[in-house]
Amino acid sequence: MRNIAPVYHCGAMFRAVFRLSATGARSLARSRACYTAPLASRCYSHGKVESDEEFDARWVTYFSKPDIDAWELKKGMNTLIGYDLVPEAKILDSALRACRRLNDLASAIRILEAVKDKAGPHKDIYPYLIQELKPTLSELGISTPEELGIDKL
Amino acid sequence: MKMLQLIAGRVSSLVARRATLALTTSSARMASHAPDPEVTEAVDMSRPMYWDRLDTPLPDKLYKDELSAAEKSLKEKEKGPWSQLTNEEKIALYRLSFHQTYAEMNQPKSEWKTVVGGIFFFVGFTALVVWWQRVYVYPPRPRTFDDEWQAKQLQRMLDMRINPIEGFSSKWDYEKGQWK
Repeated sequence: MRNIAPVYHCGAMFRAVFRLSATGARSLARSRACYTAPLASRCYSHGKVESDEEFDARWVTYFSKPDIDAWELKKGMNTLIGYDLVPEAKILDSALRACRRLNDLASAIRILEAVKDKAGPHKDIYPYLIQELKPTLSELGISTPEELGIDKL
Repeated sequence: MKMLQLIAGRVSSLVARRATLALTTSSARMASHAPDPEVTEAVDMSRPMYWDRLDTPLPDKLYKDELSAAEKSLKEKEKGPWSQLTNEEKIALYRLSFHQTYAEMNQPKSEWKTVVGGIFFFVGFTALVVWWQRVYVYPPRPRTFDDEWQAKQLQRMLDMRINPIEGFSSKWDYEKGQWK
């Protein structure tokens, strides 16, 4: 269960952002297996450490299931939001398309809200994701919470 | 005074809510019987429940179960292209599935005032209890605390030369009869 390291699964761009805020040695050693780390780093277990690309691919595949049902969508999203990371645009794209297959616009908007909340104090992540997802959002006709005005009280 | 009323109101509502919950859990266990007329809201916790949580974006069930005819037709329209929905329709669909938006969930609340007020109230109440104990429970004050006794005790300690090198008596100037 990847519940230890800070946010590292958002691609190289965010790794740069978080390296500034995270503690030194750990951030350098995180993305490699521990035996190649130059400094004394934390070895989690003897199991293989999943790379960020593998993690992303796994989740994209999960949401890409053609006959995904509502429960699986809910379970997947709740689990994904439970992780200590902001999901990549491609995972969210896959999730939004799953919402389309399930004819569930409300969940699609909720996912965008959740992702914005997940980014927390890092205010630049959400606009970046929306920019990346713009083609999908216009294709599927999903309005962002900001367009609907529900991001304010 | 208003603060006390506020706290009293909140405490009584908290107590009432706890009592209702206790009653409702028992009524949930007896789900097969007719609803108890004394219990107003029976929450059946054996079924999927709805809740607004930041870390659970998609709860186990939708907020609104029973849909009116207009809402059902909107749900039908949802099966088509979403670009054909107006913003109001999209918001309506959102509100069917969810109660509060994330912005509403993140709203600052005044609950902390109740908590702090309650803390002060009960600390104050404890102070009253302690005062009552002091008056009605404690035995009479020992005579060794009287000023006269303490003065005699101090003189005796000096006469005995208690800790004369570095401690008590070393601070007393025996020639001049005063503290150094």
